[in-house]
Amino acid sequence: MKTSVIFSALLCLLISITASANEPLRLATTTSTENSGLLAKLLPKFTQQTGISIDVIAVGTGKALQIARSGDADVVIVHSRQAENIFVAEGFGVNRRDVMENDFVLVGPANDPAAINGKNSTLKAFSKIARTHSIFISRGDHSGTHKKEHSLWQHAGINTLGHWHKSIGQGMGKALLMANELNAYTLTDRGTWLAYKDKLSLKILNEGGILLKNPYGIIAVNPALHKDIQYLKAMRLIAWLTSPAGQQEIDQFNKNGQQLFYPTAIKDVISSE
Amino acid sequence: MVNSSFTQPLLKTSFRVNEINQASVAAFQLLISGNSEIWHIISLSFGVSLTAILIATPIALIVSFFLAFFQFPLRRALISLFNTFMSVPAVIIGLTLYLLLSRSGPLGNLGLLFTSKAMVIGQILLCFPLLVAMAHSSFQAADRRAWETAITLGAKPWRAFFTLMYELRFGLIAAVVAGFGRIIAEIGCSMMVGGNILNATRNIPTAIALETSKGEFAQGIALGMVLLILSLGLNAGVSIFQGRGELQA
Repeated sequence: MKTSVIFSALLCLLISITASANEPLRLATTTSTENSGLLAKLLPKFTQQTGISIDVIAVGTGKALQIARSGDADVVIVHSRQAENIFVAEGFGVNRRDVMENDFVLVGPANDPAAINGKNSTLKAFSKIARTHSIFISRGDHSGTHKKEHSLWQHAGINTLGHWHKSIGQGMGKALLMANELNAYTLTDRGTWLAYKDKLSLKILNEGGILLKNPYGIIAVNPALHKDIQYLKAMRLIAWLTSPAGQQEIDQFNKNGQQLFYPTAIKDVISSE
Repeated sequence: MVNSSFTQPLLKTSFRVNEINQASVAAFQLLISGNSEIWHIISLSFGVSLTAILIATPIALIVSFFLAFFQFPLRRALISLFNTFMSVPAVIIGLTLYLLLSRSGPLGNLGLLFTSKAMVIGQILLCFPLLVAMAHSSFQAADRRAWETAITLGAKPWRAFFTLMYELRFGLIAAVVAGFGRIIAEIGCSMMVGGNILNATRNIPTAIALETSKGEFAQGIALGMVLLILSLGLNAGVSIFQGRGELQA
Protein backbone atom coordinates (compact mmCIF):
# COMPACT_ATOMS: atom_id res chain seq x y z
CA MET A 1 0.00 0.00 0.00
CA LYS A 2 2.80 2.34 0.92
CA THR A 3 4.42 1.80 -2.46
CA SER A 4 1.21 2.62 -4.32
CA VAL A 5 0.98 5.90 -2.39
CA ILE A 6 4.55 6.75 -3.32
CA PHE A 7 3.92 5.71 -6.89
CA SER A 8 0.86 7.93 -7.29
CA ALA A 9 2.71 10.80 -5.64
CA LEU A 10 5.46 10.35 -8.23
CA LEU A 11 2.88 10.28 -11.01
CA CYS A 12 1.38 13.58 -9.77
CA LEU A 13 4.87 15.04 -9.64
CA LEU A 14 5.60 13.90 -13.20
CA ILE A 15 2.33 15.33 -14.48
CA SER A 16 2.84 18.65 -12.72
CA ILE A 17 6.37 18.89 -14.10
CA THR A 18 5.25 18.21 -17.65
CA ALA A 19 2.41 20.70 -17.30
CA SER A 20 4.58 23.69 -16.34
CA ALA A 21 4.62 26.36 -19.01
CA ASN A 22 8.07 27.82 -19.50
CA GLU A 23 10.05 24.63 -19.55
CA PRO A 24 13.66 24.53 -20.67
CA LEU A 25 14.44 22.66 -23.87
CA ARG A 26 15.68 19.14 -23.08
CA LEU A 27 18.78 18.21 -25.06
CA ALA A 28 19.99 14.60 -24.86
CA THR A 29 23.54 14.34 -26.12
CA THR A 30 26.77 12.41 -25.89
CA THR A 31 29.31 12.85 -23.13
CA SER A 32 31.92 14.05 -25.63
CA THR A 33 30.08 17.29 -26.44
CA GLU A 34 29.51 18.00 -22.75
CA ASN A 35 32.91 16.95 -21.36
CA SER A 36 34.87 18.81 -24.01
CA GLY A 37 33.24 22.06 -22.88
CA LEU A 38 31.70 22.72 -26.32
CA LEU A 39 28.13 22.98 -25.05
CA ALA A 40 29.15 25.24 -22.19
CA LYS A 41 30.40 27.67 -24.82
CA LEU A 42 27.63 27.29 -27.42
CA LEU A 43 24.44 27.06 -25.43
CA PRO A 44 24.68 30.29 -23.39
CA LYS A 45 24.96 32.22 -26.69
CA PHE A 46 21.82 30.51 -27.97
CA THR A 47 19.98 31.22 -24.72
CA GLN A 48 21.11 34.83 -24.85
CA GLN A 49 19.78 35.30 -28.37
CA THR A 50 16.50 33.39 -28.06
CA GLY A 51 15.63 33.39 -24.35
CA ILE A 52 15.33 29.58 -24.50
CA SER A 53 17.17 27.83 -21.68
CA ILE A 54 18.44 24.29 -22.17
CA ASP A 55 18.76 21.29 -19.87
CA VAL A 56 21.54 19.00 -21.04
CA ILE A 57 21.35 15.24 -20.44
CA ALA A 58 24.83 13.95 -21.29
CA VAL A 59 24.90 10.18 -21.84
CA GLY A 60 26.08 7.77 -24.55
CA THR A 61 24.52 7.90 -28.03
CA GLY A 62 22.45 4.76 -27.41
CA LYS A 63 20.99 6.06 -24.17
CA ALA A 64 20.40 9.55 -25.65
CA LEU A 65 18.30 8.06 -28.45
CA GLN A 66 16.50 5.82 -25.95
CA ILE A 67 15.65 8.85 -23.80
CA ALA A 68 14.30 10.60 -26.89
CA ARG A 69 12.27 7.50 -27.82
CA SER A 70 10.44 7.64 -24.49
CA GLY A 71 9.75 11.34 -25.04
CA ASP A 72 12.07 12.48 -22.25
CA ALA A 73 14.05 14.79 -24.54
CA ASP A 74 13.07 17.29 -27.24
CA VAL A 75 16.20 17.21 -29.36
CA VAL A 76 19.33 15.05 -29.60
CA ILE A 77 22.92 15.64 -30.73
CA VAL A 78 24.57 12.26 -31.29
CA HIS A 79 27.29 10.62 -33.37
CA SER A 80 26.30 7.33 -34.91
CA ARG A 81 24.97 7.75 -38.43
CA GLN A 82 23.53 4.23 -38.55
CA ALA A 83 21.64 4.58 -35.24
CA GLU A 84 20.49 8.06 -36.29
CA ASN A 85 19.09 6.72 -39.55
CA ILE A 86 17.17 4.00 -37.72
CA PHE A 87 15.89 6.56 -35.22
CA VAL A 88 14.53 8.73 -38.05
CA ALA A 89 13.25 5.79 -40.11
CA GLU A 90 11.27 4.47 -37.17
CA GLY A 91 9.53 7.83 -36.90
CA PHE A 92 10.99 8.96 -33.59
CA GLY A 93 13.07 11.78 -35.05
CA VAL A 94 12.50 14.41 -37.73
CA ASN A 95 14.64 17.01 -39.55
CA ARG A 96 18.07 15.51 -39.07
CA ARG A 97 20.96 17.85 -39.93
CA ASP A 98 24.73 17.45 -39.97
CA VAL A 99 26.30 19.78 -37.43
CA MET A 100 29.98 19.06 -37.08
CA GLU A 101 32.59 16.33 -37.07
CA ASN A 102 35.79 15.33 -35.37
CA ASP A 103 37.71 12.09 -35.56
CA PHE A 104 38.66 8.93 -33.75
CA VAL A 105 42.19 7.73 -33.11
CA LEU A 106 43.43 4.21 -32.47
CA VAL A 107 45.76 4.23 -29.48
CA GLY A 108 47.83 1.48 -27.91
CA PRO A 109 50.92 0.64 -25.86
CA ALA A 110 54.23 2.16 -26.96
CA ASN A 111 55.80 -1.29 -27.56
CA ASP A 112 52.95 -2.01 -30.02
CA PRO A 113 52.71 -5.83 -29.81
CA ALA A 114 50.49 -6.06 -32.92
CA ALA A 115 52.93 -3.90 -34.93
CA ILE A 116 50.25 -1.60 -36.32
CA ASN A 117 52.27 1.61 -36.22
CA GLY A 118 53.36 2.92 -39.60
CA LYS A 119 51.61 3.27 -42.90
CA ASN A 120 48.84 0.78 -42.22
CA SER A 121 45.26 1.45 -43.22
CA THR A 122 42.80 1.55 -40.34
CA LEU A 123 41.24 -1.77 -41.30
CA LYS A 124 44.68 -3.40 -41.63
CA ALA A 125 45.49 -2.19 -38.12
CA PHE A 126 42.29 -3.67 -36.75
CA SER A 127 42.78 -7.03 -38.43
CA LYS A 128 46.39 -7.17 -37.16
CA ILE A 129 45.16 -6.64 -33.61
CA ALA A 130 42.67 -9.47 -34.04
CA ARG A 131 45.21 -11.79 -35.69
CA THR A 132 47.80 -11.33 -32.94
CA HIS A 133 45.10 -11.57 -30.22
CA SER A 134 46.38 -8.36 -28.66
CA ILE A 135 44.21 -7.06 -25.85
CA PHE A 136 41.66 -4.51 -27.02
CA ILE A 137 39.47 -2.52 -24.62
CA SER A 138 35.98 -1.98 -26.01
CA ARG A 139 33.53 0.55 -24.59
CA GLY A 140 30.75 -2.05 -24.95
CA ASP A 141 28.07 0.47 -23.92
CA HIS A 142 26.32 1.14 -27.26
CA SER A 143 27.88 4.61 -27.33
CA GLY A 144 28.79 6.23 -30.66
CA THR A 145 32.41 5.21 -30.13
CA HIS A 146 31.38 1.61 -29.45
CA LYS A 147 29.21 1.55 -32.57
CA LYS A 148 32.10 2.91 -34.63
CA GLU A 149 34.45 0.25 -33.25
CA HIS A 150 31.88 -2.45 -33.97
CA SER A 151 31.53 -1.35 -37.60
CA LEU A 152 35.33 -1.25 -38.01
CA TRP A 153 35.68 -4.88 -36.89
CA GLN A 154 32.98 -5.82 -39.38
CA HIS A 155 34.62 -3.89 -42.21
CA ALA A 156 37.92 -5.56 -41.37
CA GLY A 157 36.24 -8.94 -41.74
CA ILE A 158 36.61 -9.88 -38.08
CA ASN A 159 33.40 -11.62 -37.09
CA THR A 160 34.42 -13.48 -33.95
CA LEU A 161 35.97 -11.48 -31.15
CA GLY A 162 37.86 -13.66 -28.71
CA HIS A 163 38.92 -13.28 -25.13
CA TRP A 164 41.44 -10.62 -26.07
CA HIS A 165 38.53 -8.27 -26.86
CA LYS A 166 37.41 -6.92 -23.48
CA SER A 167 34.00 -5.29 -23.41
CA ILE A 168 33.88 -3.08 -20.30
CA GLY A 169 30.63 -1.13 -20.58
CA GLN A 170 32.13 2.10 -19.27
CA GLY A 171 32.97 5.64 -20.39
CA MET A 172 35.82 6.74 -22.65
CA GLY A 173 38.07 8.00 -19.86
CA LYS A 174 37.74 4.73 -17.97
CA ALA A 175 38.44 2.75 -21.13
CA LEU A 176 41.66 4.71 -21.71
CA LEU A 177 42.80 4.15 -18.12
CA MET A 178 42.09 0.44 -18.40
CA ALA A 179 43.94 0.19 -21.70
CA ASN A 180 46.86 1.90 -20.00
CA GLU A 181 46.81 -0.56 -17.11
CA LEU A 182 46.50 -3.65 -19.30
CA ASN A 183 48.87 -2.52 -22.10
CA ALA A 184 45.94 -2.71 -24.48
CA TYR A 185 44.68 -1.01 -27.63
CA THR A 186 41.51 1.07 -27.73
CA LEU A 187 39.57 3.37 -30.03
CA THR A 188 38.97 6.85 -28.63
CA ASP A 189 37.61 10.19 -29.81
CA ARG A 190 40.35 12.78 -30.13
CA GLY A 191 38.80 15.14 -27.56
CA THR A 192 38.93 12.62 -24.71
CA TRP A 193 42.39 11.49 -25.84
CA LEU A 194 43.72 15.05 -25.59
CA ALA A 195 42.19 15.43 -22.14
CA TYR A 196 43.76 12.18 -20.85
CA LYS A 197 47.00 11.69 -22.76
CA ASP A 198 49.23 13.27 -20.10
CA LYS A 199 48.16 10.56 -17.63
CA LEU A 200 48.77 7.69 -20.05
CA SER A 201 51.74 5.86 -21.50
CA LEU A 202 49.71 5.01 -24.61
CA LYS A 203 50.46 6.41 -28.08
CA ILE A 204 48.40 7.22 -31.17
CA LEU A 205 49.08 4.36 -33.60
CA ASN A 206 46.55 5.03 -36.34
CA GLU A 207 44.77 8.24 -37.30
CA GLY A 208 43.47 10.32 -40.15
CA GLY A 209 41.73 7.63 -42.20
CA ILE A 210 38.36 8.33 -43.80
CA LEU A 211 36.83 5.53 -41.71
CA LEU A 212 37.83 7.29 -38.50
CA LYS A 213 35.69 10.34 -39.21
CA ASN A 214 33.11 11.02 -36.52
CA PRO A 215 30.15 13.07 -37.76
CA TYR A 216 27.66 14.58 -35.31
CA GLY A 217 24.01 15.06 -36.22
CA ILE A 218 21.18 16.97 -34.55
CA ILE A 219 17.65 15.57 -34.69
CA ALA A 220 14.35 16.95 -33.42
CA VAL A 221 12.09 14.46 -31.63
CA ASN A 222 8.88 13.83 -33.57
CA PRO A 223 6.19 16.01 -31.93
CA ALA A 224 3.51 13.55 -33.04
CA LEU A 225 4.73 10.96 -30.55
CA HIS A 226 4.29 12.72 -27.25
CA LYS A 227 2.08 15.68 -26.55
CA ASP A 228 4.63 17.66 -24.56
CA ILE A 229 7.52 17.70 -27.01
CA GLN A 230 8.80 21.25 -27.45
CA TYR A 231 9.16 21.04 -31.18
CA LEU A 232 9.40 24.74 -32.04
CA LYS A 233 12.17 25.34 -29.52
CA ALA A 234 14.01 22.26 -30.81
CA MET A 235 13.81 23.57 -34.39
CA ARG A 236 15.19 26.93 -33.28
CA LEU A 237 18.21 25.17 -31.79
CA ILE A 238 18.74 23.21 -35.00
CA ALA A 239 18.40 26.40 -37.06
CA TRP A 240 20.88 28.28 -34.93
CA LEU A 241 23.51 25.54 -34.76
CA THR A 242 23.45 25.09 -38.56
CA SER A 243 23.42 28.84 -39.27
CA PRO A 244 26.62 30.76 -40.02
CA ALA A 245 26.62 32.13 -36.46
CA GLY A 246 26.38 28.69 -34.81
CA GLN A 247 28.85 27.07 -37.22
CA GLN A 248 31.34 29.82 -36.57
CA GLU A 249 31.13 29.24 -32.82
CA ILE A 250 31.88 25.55 -33.37
CA ASP A 251 34.80 26.41 -35.67
CA GLN A 252 36.31 28.77 -33.13
CA PHE A 253 35.97 26.45 -30.14
CA ASN A 254 39.29 25.03 -29.04
CA LYS A 255 40.95 23.46 -26.06
CA ASN A 256 44.55 24.41 -25.32
CA GLY A 257 44.78 25.78 -28.85
CA GLN A 258 43.62 22.51 -30.40
CA GLN A 259 40.46 22.60 -32.52
CA LEU A 260 38.15 19.75 -31.48
CA PHE A 261 35.12 20.03 -33.77
CA TYR A 262 34.86 21.01 -37.44
CA PRO A 263 31.56 22.49 -38.71
CA THR A 264 29.86 20.45 -41.44
CA ALA A 265 26.51 22.18 -42.01
CA ILE A 266 28.37 25.05 -43.69
CA LYS A 267 31.83 23.72 -44.52
CA ASP A 268 33.69 26.95 -45.27
CA VAL A 269 32.14 29.14 -42.67
CA ILE A 270 33.50 32.68 -43.03
CA SER A 271 35.10 34.00 -39.91
CA SER A 272 33.73 37.41 -38.99
CA GLU A 273 35.68 40.20 -37.21
CA MET B 1 10.49 -4.97 -28.46
CA VAL B 2 10.19 -1.85 -26.30
CA ASN B 3 9.59 0.28 -29.36
CA SER B 4 6.48 -1.38 -30.67
CA SER B 5 4.09 0.97 -28.88
CA PHE B 6 5.50 4.18 -30.36
CA THR B 7 2.88 4.57 -33.04
CA GLN B 8 0.19 5.44 -30.53
CA PRO B 9 0.39 8.99 -29.19
CA LEU B 10 0.56 7.93 -25.58
CA LEU B 11 0.95 10.11 -22.55
CA LYS B 12 4.45 9.89 -21.19
CA THR B 13 3.36 8.34 -17.88
CA SER B 14 1.36 5.51 -19.42
CA PHE B 15 4.18 4.94 -21.88
CA ARG B 16 6.52 4.41 -18.94
CA VAL B 17 4.26 1.84 -17.30
CA ASN B 18 3.91 0.05 -20.61
CA GLU B 19 7.65 0.04 -21.06
CA ILE B 20 8.19 -1.48 -17.61
CA ASN B 21 5.63 -4.22 -18.29
CA GLN B 22 7.23 -5.14 -21.60
CA ALA B 23 10.70 -5.08 -20.11
CA SER B 24 9.59 -7.38 -17.28
CA VAL B 25 8.20 -9.90 -19.74
CA ALA B 26 11.41 -9.74 -21.74
CA ALA B 27 13.33 -10.21 -18.49
CA PHE B 28 11.53 -13.47 -17.74
CA GLN B 29 12.19 -14.72 -21.25
CA LEU B 30 15.88 -13.88 -20.89
CA LEU B 31 16.20 -15.91 -17.69
CA ILE B 32 14.26 -18.91 -18.95
CA SER B 33 15.94 -19.02 -22.36
CA GLY B 34 19.28 -19.72 -20.67
CA ASN B 35 21.00 -16.70 -22.28
CA SER B 36 24.66 -17.56 -21.71
CA GLU B 37 25.73 -13.96 -21.11
CA ILE B 38 23.24 -13.41 -18.31
CA TRP B 39 23.98 -16.73 -16.63
CA HIS B 40 27.70 -16.04 -16.74
CA ILE B 41 27.02 -12.76 -14.96
CA ILE B 42 24.92 -14.53 -12.31
CA SER B 43 27.42 -17.33 -11.74
CA LEU B 44 30.32 -14.87 -11.50
CA SER B 45 28.45 -12.85 -8.90
CA PHE B 46 27.83 -15.93 -6.77
CA GLY B 47 31.27 -17.39 -7.35
CA VAL B 48 33.05 -14.23 -6.25
CA SER B 49 30.84 -13.47 -3.25
CA LEU B 50 30.76 -17.06 -1.99
CA THR B 51 34.54 -17.35 -2.28
CA ALA B 52 34.94 -14.07 -0.41
CA ILE B 53 32.59 -15.07 2.40
CA LEU B 54 34.14 -18.55 2.69
CA ILE B 55 37.61 -17.06 3.10
CA ALA B 56 36.53 -14.23 5.40
CA THR B 57 34.23 -16.15 7.76
CA PRO B 58 36.69 -18.55 9.50
CA ILE B 59 39.25 -15.80 10.11
CA ALA B 60 36.57 -13.39 11.29
CA LEU B 61 35.16 -15.97 13.72
CA ILE B 62 38.56 -16.59 15.30
CA VAL B 63 39.35 -12.88 15.53
CA SER B 64 35.99 -12.04 17.08
CA PHE B 65 36.30 -14.93 19.53
CA PHE B 66 39.66 -13.62 20.72
CA LEU B 67 38.25 -10.11 20.98
CA ALA B 68 35.37 -11.32 23.15
CA PHE B 69 37.05 -13.90 25.37
CA PHE B 70 40.58 -12.66 26.03
CA GLN B 71 42.11 -9.55 27.45
CA PHE B 72 45.03 -8.02 25.61
CA PRO B 73 46.34 -4.52 24.95
CA LEU B 74 44.52 -2.44 22.32
CA ARG B 75 41.54 -4.80 22.43
CA ARG B 76 39.04 -1.94 22.80
CA ALA B 77 40.76 0.04 20.05
CA LEU B 78 40.55 -2.95 17.71
CA ILE B 79 36.84 -3.39 18.40
CA SER B 80 36.08 0.24 17.60
CA LEU B 81 38.28 0.00 14.53
CA PHE B 82 36.21 -2.91 13.18
CA ASN B 83 32.99 -1.08 14.04
CA THR B 84 34.22 1.93 12.09
CA PHE B 85 35.30 -0.14 9.09
CA MET B 86 31.84 -1.71 9.02
CA SER B 87 30.53 1.48 7.43
CA VAL B 88 33.42 2.32 5.11
CA PRO B 89 31.98 2.97 1.63
CA ALA B 90 32.80 0.30 -0.93
CA VAL B 91 34.27 2.90 -3.29
CA ILE B 92 36.96 3.77 -0.73
CA ILE B 93 37.97 0.10 -0.47
CA GLY B 94 37.86 0.02 -4.28
CA LEU B 95 40.05 3.09 -4.64
CA THR B 96 42.62 1.84 -2.13
CA LEU B 97 42.77 -1.55 -3.79
CA TYR B 98 42.99 0.03 -7.25
CA LEU B 99 45.99 2.12 -6.21
CA LEU B 100 47.68 -0.93 -4.64
CA LEU B 101 47.08 -3.24 -7.61
CA SER B 102 47.64 -0.69 -10.39
CA ARG B 103 50.59 -1.27 -12.68
CA SER B 104 52.31 1.71 -11.07
CA GLY B 105 51.27 0.62 -7.56
CA PRO B 106 53.24 -1.48 -5.03
CA LEU B 107 51.48 -4.76 -5.93
CA GLY B 108 51.32 -3.99 -9.65
CA ASN B 109 53.46 -6.90 -10.80
CA LEU B 110 50.91 -9.40 -9.46
CA GLY B 111 48.74 -8.44 -12.43
CA LEU B 112 45.56 -8.69 -10.38
CA LEU B 113 43.81 -5.47 -11.39
CA PHE B 114 40.69 -6.06 -13.51
CA THR B 115 40.46 -9.75 -12.61
CA SER B 116 37.86 -11.60 -10.58
CA LYS B 117 40.56 -12.30 -7.97
CA ALA B 118 40.77 -8.57 -7.28
CA MET B 119 36.99 -8.55 -6.83
CA VAL B 120 37.26 -11.38 -4.28
CA ILE B 121 39.93 -9.47 -2.33
CA GLY B 122 37.76 -6.35 -2.35
CA GLN B 123 34.72 -8.23 -1.11
CA ILE B 124 36.71 -9.95 1.65
CA LEU B 125 37.85 -6.53 2.87
CA LEU B 126 34.25 -5.31 2.69
CA CYS B 127 32.56 -8.09 4.65
CA PHE B 128 35.35 -8.82 7.15
CA PRO B 129 34.68 -5.90 9.55
CA LEU B 130 30.94 -6.58 9.46
CA LEU B 131 31.50 -10.28 10.22
CA VAL B 132 33.88 -9.47 13.09
CA ALA B 133 31.62 -6.84 14.62
CA MET B 134 28.47 -8.97 14.48
CA ALA B 135 30.17 -12.20 15.57
CA HIS B 136 31.92 -10.34 18.37
CA SER B 137 28.64 -9.17 19.85
CA SER B 138 27.35 -12.76 19.64
CA PHE B 139 30.41 -14.10 21.45
CA GLN B 140 30.19 -11.35 24.03
CA ALA B 141 26.57 -12.17 24.84
CA ALA B 142 27.44 -15.87 25.13
CA ASP B 143 27.33 -17.72 28.37
CA ARG B 144 31.00 -18.05 29.37
CA ARG B 145 30.10 -21.23 31.22
CA ALA B 146 29.62 -23.15 27.98
CA TRP B 147 33.27 -22.51 27.17
CA GLU B 148 34.47 -23.12 30.73
CA THR B 149 32.44 -26.31 31.11
CA ALA B 150 33.78 -27.71 27.88
CA ILE B 151 37.35 -26.95 28.97
CA THR B 152 36.77 -28.42 32.44
CA LEU B 153 35.37 -31.59 30.90
CA GLY B 154 38.72 -31.97 29.20
CA ALA B 155 37.88 -30.66 25.73
CA LYS B 156 40.75 -29.28 23.68
CA PRO B 157 40.39 -25.50 23.08
CA TRP B 158 39.52 -26.18 19.40
CA ARG B 159 36.78 -28.56 20.37
CA ALA B 160 35.46 -26.10 22.98
CA PHE B 161 35.50 -23.34 20.34
CA PHE B 162 33.30 -25.43 18.06
CA THR B 163 30.93 -26.25 20.94
CA LEU B 164 30.65 -22.56 21.68
CA MET B 165 29.99 -21.72 18.02
CA TYR B 166 27.30 -24.38 17.93
CA GLU B 167 25.62 -22.74 20.92
CA LEU B 168 25.77 -19.38 19.14
CA ARG B 169 24.85 -20.65 15.68
CA PHE B 170 21.83 -18.39 15.20
CA GLY B 171 23.69 -15.16 15.83
CA LEU B 172 26.72 -16.28 13.84
CA ILE B 173 24.67 -17.33 10.84
CA ALA B 174 22.86 -14.00 10.93
CA ALA B 175 26.31 -12.36 10.79
CA VAL B 176 27.35 -14.44 7.76
CA VAL B 177 24.08 -13.70 5.97
CA ALA B 178 24.46 -9.98 6.65
CA GLY B 179 28.03 -10.11 5.35
CA PHE B 180 26.96 -11.96 2.22
CA GLY B 181 24.14 -9.46 1.71
CA ARG B 182 26.60 -6.60 1.83
CA ILE B 183 28.92 -8.01 -0.83
CA ILE B 184 26.52 -9.68 -3.28
CA ALA B 185 24.79 -6.32 -3.88
CA GLU B 186 27.96 -4.23 -3.80
CA ILE B 187 28.84 -2.24 -6.90
CA GLY B 188 31.45 0.43 -6.15
CA CYS B 189 34.41 -1.82 -5.44
CA SER B 190 33.56 -4.45 -8.09
CA MET B 191 33.30 -1.77 -10.77
CA MET B 192 36.62 -0.18 -9.84
CA VAL B 193 38.86 -3.23 -9.40
CA GLY B 194 36.95 -5.64 -11.66
CA GLY B 195 36.38 -3.26 -14.54
CA ASN B 196 33.01 -4.74 -15.59
CA ILE B 197 34.58 -6.83 -18.40
CA LEU B 198 32.03 -8.96 -20.24
CA ASN B 199 32.39 -12.71 -19.55
CA ALA B 200 35.24 -12.00 -17.15
CA THR B 201 34.46 -9.57 -14.32
CA ARG B 202 30.91 -8.42 -14.97
CA ASN B 203 28.66 -9.27 -12.01
CA ILE B 204 25.00 -8.59 -11.28
CA PRO B 205 25.30 -5.07 -9.82
CA THR B 206 27.73 -3.75 -12.44
CA ALA B 207 25.63 -5.31 -15.21
CA ILE B 208 22.47 -3.64 -13.90
CA ALA B 209 24.24 -0.27 -13.83
CA LEU B 210 25.48 -0.79 -17.39
CA GLU B 211 22.19 -1.99 -18.86
CA THR B 212 20.37 0.96 -17.30
CA SER B 213 22.90 3.37 -18.76
CA LYS B 214 22.38 1.77 -22.17
CA GLY B 215 18.63 2.18 -21.77
CA GLU B 216 18.11 -1.59 -21.97
CA PHE B 217 15.94 -2.27 -19.01
CA ALA B 218 14.94 -5.91 -19.65
CA GLN B 219 18.29 -7.37 -18.69
CA GLY B 220 18.54 -4.98 -15.72
CA ILE B 221 15.15 -6.12 -14.45
CA ALA B 222 16.01 -9.80 -14.98
CA LEU B 223 19.17 -9.47 -12.92
CA GLY B 224 17.38 -7.38 -10.31
CA MET B 225 14.82 -10.16 -9.94
CA VAL B 226 17.57 -12.73 -9.38
CA LEU B 227 19.03 -10.58 -6.59
CA LEU B 228 15.63 -10.06 -4.98
CA ILE B 229 14.69 -13.74 -5.15
CA LEU B 230 18.05 -14.64 -3.67
CA SER B 231 17.72 -12.30 -0.71
CA LEU B 232 14.15 -13.43 -0.13
CA GLY B 233 15.31 -17.06 -0.13
CA LEU B 234 18.22 -16.36 2.20
CA ASN B 235 16.08 -14.47 4.69
CA ALA B 236 13.31 -17.03 4.58
CA GLY B 237 15.88 -19.77 5.17
CA VAL B 238 17.39 -17.96 8.14
CA SER B 239 14.04 -17.22 9.74
CA ILE B 240 12.90 -20.85 9.37
CA PHE B 241 16.18 -21.93 10.94
CA GLN B 242 15.83 -19.43 13.77
CA GLY B 243 12.18 -20.36 14.27
CA ARG B 244 13.25 -23.96 14.82
CA GLY B 245 15.77 -22.68 17.36
CA GLU B 246 13.04 -20.92 19.31
CA LEU B 247 10.99 -24.07 19.51
CA GLN B 248 13.89 -26.06 20.89
CA ALA B 249 14.78 -23.48 23.53
